[in-house]
Amino acid sequence: MTQPNPVTLPTPTVAPAGKTPEQPPPDASKPIQPSEIRKFLQERSSGRVVDGSFGGLMLVSALSIFVIVALILWVLVHDSQASIHAFGWRFFKTSNWDPVNGSFGALPFIYGTLVSSFLALLMAVPLSLCVAIFVIDICPPMLRGVIAYLTELLAAIPSVVYGLWALVVLVPIMRDHVGPVLERWFGWTGLFAEPNFGVNMFTASVVLAIMIFPIICSISRDVMKAVPIHQREAALALGATRWEMLRIAVLRNARIGIVGAVILGLGRALGETIAVTMVIGNHPDIVKNLFNPAYTLASVIANEFTEATGDLYISALIEIGLALFLVTIVVNAIARLLVWAVTRGSSTRTA
Amino acid sequence: MRLRLLSAAVIAMIATGAWAQNLNGAGATFPNPIYSRWFAEYAQQHPNVHINYQSVGSGAGIQQVTQKTVDFGASDGPMTDQQLATAKNNGVDIIHIPTVLGAVVPVYNVPGVSQDLHFAPEVIAGIYLGKITMWDDGNLQHDNPGVKLPHQRILPVYRSDGSGTNYIWTDFLSKVVPEFQQRIGKGTSVKWPTGIGQKGNEGVAGMVRSTKGAFGYVELIYALQNHMQFGLVRNASFKYVKASVASVTAAAAGAAKNMPADYRVSITNAPGADAYPISSFTWLLIPQHWDDQAKGKVMVDFLNWMLDHGEGEVSALDYAPLPKTVADKVRVTIRQIH
Repeated sequence: MTQPNPVTLPTPTVAPAGKTPEQPPPDASKPIQPSEIRKFLQERSSGRVVDGSFGGLMLVSALSIFVIVALILWVLVHDSQASIHAFGWRFFKTSNWDPVNGSFGALPFIYGTLVSSFLALLMAVPLSLCVAIFVIDICPPMLRGVIAYLTELLAAIPSVVYGLWALVVLVPIMRDHVGPVLERWFGWTGLFAEPNFGVNMFTASVVLAIMIFPIICSISRDVMKAVPIHQREAALALGATRWEMLRIAVLRNARIGIVGAVILGLGRALGETIAVTMVIGNHPDIVKNLFNPAYTLASVIANEFTEATGDLYISALIEIGLALFLVTIVVNAIARLLVWAVTRGSSTRTA
Repeated sequence: MRLRLLSAAVIAMIATGAWAQNLNGAGATFPNPIYSRWFAEYAQQHPNVHINYQSVGSGAGIQQVTQKTVDFGASDGPMTDQQLATAKNNGVDIIHIPTVLGAVVPVYNVPGVSQDLHFAPEVIAGIYLGKITMWDDGNLQHDNPGVKLPHQRILPVYRSDGSGTNYIWTDFLSKVVPEFQQRIGKGTSVKWPTGIGQKGNEGVAGMVRSTKGAFGYVELIYALQNHMQFGLVRNASFKYVKASVASVTAAAAGAAKNMPADYRVSITNAPGADAYPISSFTWLLIPQHWDDQAKGKVMVDFLNWMLDHGEGEVSALDYAPLPKTVADKVRVTIRQIH
């Protein structure tokens, strides 16, 4: 591992954590004289007390995350007891959702949530990375600000507006133009089979992809920007082409941050409610055909909770919330495992 | 000077606080426009009274009045015996007070058809059960002689959100078509074997409007205010009736003869040649006994005001008013509240 001399290195404006070279230790031979600034600060307040309480405050803030997660979990488990007792594990394995007869199974909703989110990732990740790379390395400076601004604007649009737009604009396009093309070329896969009413799993995934694109794009752009300039220069100096430089120096160094961005996007996709509800068709089915209506965990809660009567019904809906919570945890855990598995072998090379 | 002003303001605040009566209610969304109007008007005429109403849904309304977090509830469907018993255990004896009537109408998008279509209950049930899939189906053609129905696939659209609209629609179909009762049943949310679900009246209406061959259902008020074309439905006297304020009130009048004392009655498929069959009351859920006597008095006064003045203005918002026979009965019932 060759560390460049930190004195001659131009320090990057935003340095990724763990990558800044350590500062040399202060000269220990000189007696420690409090500086003028130090004296001034000491006159104003007692540094020790402030430091202590500051540390305490940070600790409490950090602990609050544990408390919040624990409280959510507790409420979800506590309020869904009736349903947990009535159905047990069957709740997660059966597909019958029949409020009239008091029979509840969450499988179609879990399926709909996972499939729509992963399809959205499949579309959004390549697009986001391309845009991020373009903005960082290829884009003329004038356009850069505009693209960054528009990306952030997309992230700020409320999801109900996305839903309305999807219903009014996207659904007819999907039904009349995109659907028939997909069916002609990919109908043989069984994924795109008529009838296609435009309100279906595929449209929902496209909306989700558009919604998570700005998150993934702007975070991965920031991460790539944080890769020190000398890494790029070194790659170029060794004779790498622009693409090779991006691959070796930028993407390789930024990949953990990029995965983090993807996980954040996935989180939003899993929990997105109103926009999905408006275009997914709200029909609990497990079928391969993406032109079929589907249903997600978040949507069924949003749809049925207000008018749900009866303890078992309400309890089952809360257990749907618990299922969503667990799905999110499991998906996140798998993603983290993947990151760990990928980075473990090559950590010495990239550090 | 400033001090005197301030103390006067404080005294005034305390005084009005002591005088002002705040009533909180929560429940059904369907009657929200007329309730809001009533409560605002009543407050205008009684400056010391303020009635809050949150349209959070019938289910939540029932729950909140049962748990005493609100003074009164409101629901599009009557409470079940079990729900009433739960409320009683909590110390709340609930009286159902019917207020206005609503109806649900079939809407459709059939290319090339401009007439109002006629629907038999069996046909509607068949569409939602997935048995009638084409617009030129023999049963549909039989109900609509002289209309050239296209060979177009039917897309059934239903309300995905739990709603009184769902309840009334499925209550009617369950009552008339045994197979619907068996396979789907009635409820604010049910298990639809086929079709696409959309949220709210606007969701269903939008889907129907934009999809060729779609068939759905929306509240009468929504259809009227958005100038949507809607179909006629066959009633208990085997006549096809178009929903209107008059035909909905006729359904209530038809059912009024057999009105139970607690008003928990479904008036779908009501008798009477002019009765529109997919109609329903909506109810206020009022506790019979009020610990706070002053509040109880205000509630009773409001209910009487509603019968005397409020009912007269419901037609302006396209709701159907209570028929006179029912209103007279309600007036007697209100005396039980104390």
